Amino acid sequence: MSEENKSALQPEPLKEETPSNTVETKREKRGILPEIHLTKRAGVTLKEAILVRVIAIAAALVLCAIITVIFTGDNPFKIYATIVRGAFGKGRGWVTIHSMAILLCVSLAVTPAFRMHFWNIGAEGQVLIGGLATAYVMFKWHESVSTPVLVILMLAAALIAGAIWGLIPAIFKAQWKTNETLFTLMMNYVAMKLIEFFLKIADKSGSNVVDSRLLGNGVPDLFGVQYLLNVVIVVFLVGLLYVYLRYSKHGYEISVVGESENTARYIGINVKKVIIRTMILSGAICGLAGFMLVGAASHSVSSNTAGGRGFTAIMVSWLAKFDPLMMILTTLLIIFMARGADEISTIFDLNKSFSDIITGIILFFIIGCEFFIRYRVHITRRTVKEKEGE
Amino acid sequence: MHTLTLIATFLNLAILQGTPLLYGATGEILTEKSGNLNLGIPGIMYIGAISGVIGTFFYENSPIFVPAIGVVIALISCLIGSLLASLIYCFLTITLRANQNVTGLALTTFGVGFGNFFGGSLIKVTKSSVPYIALSETGDAFAWHLHFEDLPFADSGFGRAIEWLWTILFSYGFMVYLAIALAILASYFLNRTRRGLHLRAVGENPATADAAGINVTRYKYFATCAGGMIAGLGGLFFIMDYSGGIWSNDGFGDRGWLAIAIVIFAIWRPSLAIPASYLFGALYILYNWLHMPMQMIPIMQMLPFVVTILALVFTSVRKKRENQPPASLGLSYFREER
Repeated sequence: MSEENKSALQPEPLKEETPSNTVETKREKRGILPEIHLTKRAGVTLKEAILVRVIAIAAALVLCAIITVIFTGDNPFKIYATIVRGAFGKGRGWVTIHSMAILLCVSLAVTPAFRMHFWNIGAEGQVLIGGLATAYVMFKWHESVSTPVLVILMLAAALIAGAIWGLIPAIFKAQWKTNETLFTLMMNYVAMKLIEFFLKIADKSGSNVVDSRLLGNGVPDLFGVQYLLNVVIVVFLVGLLYVYLRYSKHGYEISVVGESENTARYIGINVKKVIIRTMILSGAICGLAGFMLVGAASHSVSSNTAGGRGFTAIMVSWLAKFDPLMMILTTLLIIFMARGADEISTIFDLNKSFSDIITGIILFFIIGCEFFIRYRVHITRRTVKEKEGE
Repeated sequence: MHTLTLIATFLNLAILQGTPLLYGATGEILTEKSGNLNLGIPGIMYIGAISGVIGTFFYENSPIFVPAIGVVIALISCLIGSLLASLIYCFLTITLRANQNVTGLALTTFGVGFGNFFGGSLIKVTKSSVPYIALSETGDAFAWHLHFEDLPFADSGFGRAIEWLWTILFSYGFMVYLAIALAILASYFLNRTRRGLHLRAVGENPATADAAGINVTRYKYFATCAGGMIAGLGGLFFIMDYSGGIWSNDGFGDRGWLAIAIVIFAIWRPSLAIPASYLFGALYILYNWLHMPMQMIPIMQMLPFVVTILALVFTSVRKKRENQPPASLGLSYFREER
């Protein structure tokens, strides 16, 4: 929820803070210092917010380096150099940008739903089903239809499939308040198993991947540059979503529903319609990501096509406070570290999952630091005497 | 007689397959009853499993190896590992009031990575000479039970008549029974004790519970940590008993998410989680038994998830009050918030 919308809906909070929640520590009960108060901050200056996040990321990087040193015995500065080389070294930069683009696309997809406080954790499944639809069209028609028609069919199939995957939980949420977190979570695995089903049907050899031998070459590269099309699409998408969420009526309705369904109803917003419409959009963009992954990048499909991006995207979107522009930075951070950690694990012959550990640690730090942006911690030191004097 | 043996073997495998799910589901129910939707459970189960493996790995290579002590060490290190993982979640969501979904998913990313990393690199990191992690002696100790053939009456007519019953009821390692005991205990705790009532109150409406003098933070911490430790045992069971002490990366698969599915299917009741877990276990292995064409296997594996969705829809459409998720599920509590 962006600050503007928030202030439009709520009366301006009274100055800074109200005396409040006292977390009494055990020590305090015995009459000794210190005492901790928490108060919600009314507003945080951009400078403070950035400062807290930078400190958190720096702390996370230091911890990650320490852990890496423990496992590799390398010198920490060399490790940072390796990370940078892994992400932007020779021949790496473009792949990194493409990984960013895909993750950014999925993050953008979940954002409208999140701003509405609809916890769509089914992006993984929506991407997969979009990829599956693309793959199916390629599988069926790549030999019989001309390329432009094929691309249009693939795109349409992916968008529709993703939209349907988002629509199903939305209908139940709108109509019967069915818990969307759990619903969308389960839909992920249904999509995953459908892909495995497709793999078994398409490739009788029992392979876990169906690739361009059966699917054809999909979308031709734009100007002969691999991945360029995907990057261009995502760049446009960032702008579109930024405008849609910030300046359109739909975007405003989404924010209001997210802030308070009652308020939304009171001012005449059709909440059910907003929920369903937004989830169709969310699912369709996920489907688009599936299309890009299968049709325009790998030309293959497997149950690992989404590769956990659906889940990572949730964190990316949340870290960026659901702001499409900020998301560019958060995806950069996540992809940069993941690819850097991959490089380290390759060099030192460690398990690939090393990057998950590193990503996890950074996420913990950033998640934790939000607290210091939202709340102010007061530590008052009181002597026993003062307390008795009260 | 032959069909009976067949059915018994099937149920036996279903129960083995369902036990990790039962641990996960019991843990998650306890957690969710406090209002914490811990999506980190799949990660915690990995962490629990690998912690047990790490502890035992060091002990099994020592000269004074006794399997029974190996079991104890595995259990303790598993509990410590999953406790620490749960504490990360607790600290972030309860003390720092972070978003539960995001924290949970981050913990799952971290936990699965942690498990696979150490599973894949433990040997390299410790410069050990063994080719892969195989804690078979401890694994055997975990799976130890009385074999039917060893019974005095096994060869008698009576023995042959009840062999199938023995297979269903008594042919498991101790952790299968521990899972049932924990589920029943959790059920008793939630429904029959004052503390359980308080815990449910915290999950339904923390502000009211707070006003009634219940320490919301303490209950949330307690439930989430206890739940995480129980779930961690599920991961340990899978590696030590089910897989015979052999770690394989991603071997645990998406069972953690299935456990979360069971919570819904069992409408947040640990006692119902017992049959639900075994049912899901049965669905998981059913394809082996139906002589169906290869391509139908994924469709069969999809069943547990579809069934869960149906259960979720059904409970929300019927709106029976006692079948709903805890009212404050997924929300963090800040006393000042209005």
